[in-house]
Amino acid sequence: MTTTYLFLMIAGLGLFAFFLSFQRTAQYNGPKRLQSLPHHYASLTAVWTAFPAVLLMLVWAVIEPGYLQQQIITNLPAEIAGQSSDVIGLYLNKVHLSIENKMVDSDPVIQSLVVAYEKAALNSRYLNTAMVLVLCLGGIVAGLSRILFKVHARVGIEQLLKAFLMLCSGVAIVTTIGIVLSVMFEAIRFFNAVSVFDFIFGTAWSPQTSIRIDQVGSSGSFGAVPLFLGTMLISLIAMFIAVPVGLMTAIYLSEYATPKFRLMAKPALEVLAGIPTVVYGFFAALTVAPFIRDVGESIGLSVASESALAAGIVMGVMIIPFVSSLSDDVIKAVPQSMRDGSLALGATQSETIKKVIIPAALPGIVGSVLLAASRAIGETMIVVMAAGLAANLTINPLEAVTTVTVQIVTLLTGDQEFDSPKTLAAFALGLMLFVTTLLLNVIALHVVRRYREQYE
Amino acid sequence: MNNTETVKAGLRKRYSREKRFQFYGKAAVMSGFIFLIFLLFDITSKAIPAFNITEILLDIPMDRVSLNLSNNKSLSIDDAALASIDYGGLVKRALRTQFPEVTSRKQKKLLYKLISSGAKFELRQQLSDNPELIGGEPLSIWFKADDDIDTFYKFERITSRVNPEQIAFIETLKTQSRIRTALNFDFFTNSDSREPEQAGIKGALLGSFWTLLVTLLVSLPVGIAAAIYLEEFAPQNRLTDFIEININNLAAVPSIVFGLLGLAVFINFFGMPRSAPLVGGLVLSLMTLPTIIISSRAAIKSVPPSLKEAALGLGASHMQTVFHHVLPQAMPGVLTGAIIGMAQALGETAPLLMIGMVAFIVDVPGGVMDSATVLPVQIFLWADSPESAFTALTAATILVLLVFLTVMNALAIMLRNYFERQR
Repeated sequence: MTTTYLFLMIAGLGLFAFFLSFQRTAQYNGPKRLQSLPHHYASLTAVWTAFPAVLLMLVWAVIEPGYLQQQIITNLPAEIAGQSSDVIGLYLNKVHLSIENKMVDSDPVIQSLVVAYEKAALNSRYLNTAMVLVLCLGGIVAGLSRILFKVHARVGIEQLLKAFLMLCSGVAIVTTIGIVLSVMFEAIRFFNAVSVFDFIFGTAWSPQTSIRIDQVGSSGSFGAVPLFLGTMLISLIAMFIAVPVGLMTAIYLSEYATPKFRLMAKPALEVLAGIPTVVYGFFAALTVAPFIRDVGESIGLSVASESALAAGIVMGVMIIPFVSSLSDDVIKAVPQSMRDGSLALGATQSETIKKVIIPAALPGIVGSVLLAASRAIGETMIVVMAAGLAANLTINPLEAVTTVTVQIVTLLTGDQEFDSPKTLAAFALGLMLFVTTLLLNVIALHVVRRYREQYE
Repeated sequence: MNNTETVKAGLRKRYSREKRFQFYGKAAVMSGFIFLIFLLFDITSKAIPAFNITEILLDIPMDRVSLNLSNNKSLSIDDAALASIDYGGLVKRALRTQFPEVTSRKQKKLLYKLISSGAKFELRQQLSDNPELIGGEPLSIWFKADDDIDTFYKFERITSRVNPEQIAFIETLKTQSRIRTALNFDFFTNSDSREPEQAGIKGALLGSFWTLLVTLLVSLPVGIAAAIYLEEFAPQNRLTDFIEININNLAAVPSIVFGLLGLAVFINFFGMPRSAPLVGGLVLSLMTLPTIIISSRAAIKSVPPSLKEAALGLGASHMQTVFHHVLPQAMPGVLTGAIIGMAQALGETAPLLMIGMVAFIVDVPGGVMDSATVLPVQIFLWADSPESAFTALTAATILVLLVFLTVMNALAIMLRNYFERQR
């Protein structure tokens, strides 16, 4: 709570500094004109006032817990301090619990430790507040006096702004690094428990680990092949739908359709891409899957109620707009002269498309298909709702299969300790997913770029 | 046969092939439309029942003896008196007076199951709002029916969940015109519940609102700043290239991976609360950032260079030129991209499952730190529920979500058209 008040105080002082400095520079009537406008000086003063103080608070927030911990440890009675770190950790926990719940512990040692801790915490709070105040006031004084030194305030403030802009664009890098590190770190912990070889080539997936050591049949096996196969099966079904339909749509819209029809059809198709995936999942689970099961049973096939086919078909429909809009761009980039040449030789329009335009656009089309495939592999909600949980090792589209994303969701939703291999396995799967989609994307973007350069 | 004849002989075949090819194209476009229309039709037809609910009229006696307040001699009704009333018993008694022929325990149990278990809370709410009713005439109140009764009454479908004796009760009520269907306002004003007839989407709506607020506040400023830097200030070097590659790749990373990042970094490392809109909003802003950056860059790039050159020529600094002239001109494009990004974030489910926004939450979230769920996650949760009445609720929630998305996208398109005309 004190942190909030301190922040409010800093903000207030910053505003105060802004207006004070604005007024002083606006009324400035010296021998030479000021180099910058009053609001430049005012902003700079406000930054000087608030920025170092906020920085200090952040540093303090990082250091303080460790410092307070150290305070407790130095206050520990000698006979406890000599014991192992586990025992000391237990005492620390008790102290923290007693402070958090505002309860008096029965153990006098802990009581004295709590008193020492609270004293140290109070001191640290006072010190922090005092230092923040000094920094703020120093900022105000410096800001107001530096005007006399003819600081180029506009340049200063613009440099700061530029640094801020640069920082913001760095968020993309930080996010990527964050993804790689967080997923990698947990995955490595998982691979310490389960070997990489077993994970990638094992064919049995049952992530239930035993609660008791002597329990039967629940040692947990983490062979991810059924998941990879299931993911591939569903993605393949989706691509079987999306690639022909998407490609023909792109061809029709770019080569045959009148401009008016095109103007109407394109946004309508993009609606398909804008529908949330959870809606597709609902549709797949409650409408498509029962329909496929009924049809299958009426012709004498046994179809699982959570068949791979249902999830794959609906996912395919979801991806159609990706394939069509990317292929559309690619086909439009083929030079008109190639079309004209082919048509002039007497080829029909479809012959031109099949023999000239498609071969010319092939690299770009391959790129768009790869992008769509990466989308299919990473798709989560449709498969979570419409595909099963059973890790069957099968390529029969009428049976239930499970995918990498489904397993990540099931492993991480629900209450469980964070350290078990079961939860860590989700991060290993996440790593595989990230690496696969990243590779597909990099290859696809590379192919598309190479293709664009060819005709530009 | 000379060449001309060879060509002519194959002409018919080639033309029919051409026609076939064109037909395939048309069929492909149409199949997309047909699927879209079928999807919308299917969901709408499933959703309609959720907007109606079956209600049963009961007469609740209001005299002090029935309310068990006869010991309370004072005229004023305070909270303690209100708390002492056995509301559930009152509802049950009203049912028994309605059907005096019911005597056996088993039959009574079936009879009580006609009415939603929330009836007693409804009654209590009515009495605490209007305490002057106590001691007066018997009160006639329309109570919500149980979800199984509701399904039966609305569809006339006999299922295993409705007992033949209950059907007889309903028939009696029908002849007395004590049963009706009414608009289900509670769908919009209630939060999640285990009982389908009491469940509503208010909690999810507000959860979505708080989450999107965080997303907007984080991703819009950061996205615009990054776009300005990359488009106007970034030097041509390795670092800039690296940033661009990263942005393009992040746009294609599966959303669930962002959820893993949120779980590992925001919750486990920084110790932020699970299920909070704050964490959800942060994860979604990282996810929508690439969209906003890419569209903002396009908007900034499309500002005519003459404008910039004029400002620079008049002595404005580069920063002043960008903030006073380029950015205002690019703003419509930036906002269009932002709205599209927000629409994406509104429909996103998978990363929020990772950070624990799937919990069953009855309270309406009052801020970004409260536990909350969002509309798409609510859809996911209800779609999983075994009760058939939840299917209708799920479809209705989907409709609400689609309405929001349509409004947002329409806004983006209108904004773009309006400013394009201005130019």
